[in-house]
Amino acid sequence: MKTDFFSEKKYINAYLVCAFLFLLVGLFQSWNVAFSILNLCLISAIMSIGINIQWGNSGIVNFGVMGFAAIGGLCGVLISMPPTLEVWKDGTAVILIILFSFLISGILVKKFLKKFIYNKYLKILLSIIIILFSLYLIKSIFIPSINFIENTNSAKTGYIGGLNLPIILSWPIAGLFCGVIAFLIGKIALGLRSDYLAIATLGISEIIIYIIKNEEWLARGVKNVNGLPRPVPYEIDLQKNEFIQTLSNTLNLSVIELSSLIVKGLYSILFILVLLIIFFLLQKAIKSPWGRMMRAVRDNETSAEAMGINVKKRHLQVFIIGSAIIGISGAMLTTLDGQFTPSSYQPLRYTFLIWIMVIIGGSGNNHGAIIGGFAIWFFWIQAEPIGIFLIELITIFLSDQNEIKLYLLNHAAYMRLLLMGLVLILALRFFPKGIIEEEKRL
Amino acid sequence: MEIINAFALIINYIIIPGLTYGCQLALGALGVTIIYTVLRFSNFAHGELMSFGAMTSILITWIISYFDLSIYPLPTVILALPISILITISYCLLIDKYCFKYHREKNSKNVISLIVSIGVMFFTSGLIRVLIGPNDRTINDGERFIISARKFKEITGLTEGISLKLSQGITIIVSIIAVVLLFWFLNKTKTGKSMRAYSDNKDLALLSGIKTENVIFYTWLITGTLACIAGTLYGLDKSYKPFTYLQLVLPIFAAAIVGGIGNPIGAIIGGFVISFSELLITFSYNKFLSYLIPINFLPEGSLQLLSTDYKIAISFIILVLVLILKPTGIYKGKLL
Repeated sequence: MKTDFFSEKKYINAYLVCAFLFLLVGLFQSWNVAFSILNLCLISAIMSIGINIQWGNSGIVNFGVMGFAAIGGLCGVLISMPPTLEVWKDGTAVILIILFSFLISGILVKKFLKKFIYNKYLKILLSIIIILFSLYLIKSIFIPSINFIENTNSAKTGYIGGLNLPIILSWPIAGLFCGVIAFLIGKIALGLRSDYLAIATLGISEIIIYIIKNEEWLARGVKNVNGLPRPVPYEIDLQKNEFIQTLSNTLNLSVIELSSLIVKGLYSILFILVLLIIFFLLQKAIKSPWGRMMRAVRDNETSAEAMGINVKKRHLQVFIIGSAIIGISGAMLTTLDGQFTPSSYQPLRYTFLIWIMVIIGGSGNNHGAIIGGFAIWFFWIQAEPIGIFLIELITIFLSDQNEIKLYLLNHAAYMRLLLMGLVLILALRFFPKGIIEEEKRL
Repeated sequence: MEIINAFALIINYIIIPGLTYGCQLALGALGVTIIYTVLRFSNFAHGELMSFGAMTSILITWIISYFDLSIYPLPTVILALPISILITISYCLLIDKYCFKYHREKNSKNVISLIVSIGVMFFTSGLIRVLIGPNDRTINDGERFIISARKFKEITGLTEGISLKLSQGITIIVSIIAVVLLFWFLNKTKTGKSMRAYSDNKDLALLSGIKTENVIFYTWLITGTLACIAGTLYGLDKSYKPFTYLQLVLPIFAAAIVGGIGNPIGAIIGGFVISFSELLITFSYNKFLSYLIPINFLPEGSLQLLSTDYKIAISFIILVLVLILKPTGIYKGKLL
């Protein structure tokens, strides 16, 4: 019991430090900045929980974070935006029917090939013929209707539109959808071990983002979708509210500032709720026999298999759960931004940022993942001021007009990459267990 | 005549750019593959090491041009290359000493070394941006063309021209020299043989008196040299922009894995497979066919397998397909 108490105290200390940092930002920079950092911290905390359940608890290396986040964001668009009615009457129905029939026929053809054709070369030949035929079909039917969709009112819509449902619904749906995609990816890729799986998932997420960027009929591609509906009231409506106006008088804040604070606060409350739900469900899962089994698989796959655990199935299961969590956070991210910008998902940057969060926080511990998410995102945002401070400190003997000093100060924005790399290298060397280490369980 | 024109078109738009890009990828993939066979981890930092090499080349070129040295018509970067190779090698050795050595000696899982290499990637890209800034820089100050399209048309009287840029010529020649030297080193010298022995069976190599530190020193020596040459050539050909090197990491991995990771010949073949399939799949064959078949029979619309937007995605698609269908690659490399 004593160790339990001690470790609990460590969590509380870490959370208190985080709260203190936000207080500092609020007091010295502004409360608005503090709340926008907090919101993104919450989202990155959820993402890093998703990675933590895969890496920390089961040892699966998933570098596909940005791909799943982008799919989650796409769900946000497709659920919440109003449908483009002109297009639905003519073009989309065709596209959807074709897509659906492709899927069905693909499965049927594969079943057929597997069952009736035994010759390997004949199989390859037949598949090539089928692929060429479907390419012809795509050319003749698919492309005209795509052009039709993209050309109708292309400045404003030019895509199929969404279902016009409340955007909060897109969060669970994004989870489900990412789960399905993760099932498909996991089925084919999870047989690979560590390094290859890492590269494969990274490649797959690049492909996903490429498709979203280039298929404009789906979500306008690089033209971005703006003005997503919100789950919280708009600032302008709040500013007209009498209660808010009197409140702003008593608090001595301008109405504009107060209204944006309230909106961000409401977002934070929603995000904290989601974080808590996911966190408690996962804590329960980890403490259950299932969690023990996952750790057994992580620590020694061979002996776990010898004990009768179906390692492949467990890996697939946990891959789906983690990816679904990342998908939910992706949908939350687009909800917060109010827009969907595919080009902002850069797998080689942000994937590893999430990974750094997990490793710094302490892999294998969900408290650690949350703390890591908070700390690293905070650091990522505040690295520039820290970098400037460090440069000032190093060049304290140089005059203010010194060229080297001015040059370094001009490039301070890039210090964040440098510092992030340094943090990761140092962390792996000097405290590989992270801020909060994994709980020791018997 | 028509047939010759069609071939000229293919040479100009596919073979020459494909060879150039393939050489750059192959040099990069060789670096990745050598690190993998000896040190047993996938080095994500390799793209940034190339960028680092290109950056030092540029900085040294600036110093050289300050003294008014030049070897016109060749670009000044060629003069700077030996010095920047030395600097890149020292950077690699420093990284190894402070980042990878600890985990190697502790026998950490190779995923940990992979994550360390991601840290190195972040660090190096930050360092490059602090030192030289994120802007686009052209470093080709020599003659632009060996033979320009117009001159070629004048000489041969064809309607299709073939142009060969000087940077492309340099890329191909320097790559051939580098690869020949590398294979000579690996196959003929004693150090090269000990490196191969070490990568084959570490314990046996140690027992027969091969020093680990020596092998690792030479590994980083080769990797640094290759990275610096590949990075500088890429920057010479396309203009230097730090951001593009981040995008190169996955195509390089694709090249190494397609050829079979751990196999130097595989890495070279893989580089060309990736570069040529990128070009062949996104090439529009309309004009090519118009030389070969009568215009009346020409199908309407563009004859492209995939639109040019997907050019980079092709390497990812090949990468994923190879990983799933034949993870050992063409030349039966090692499994990660």
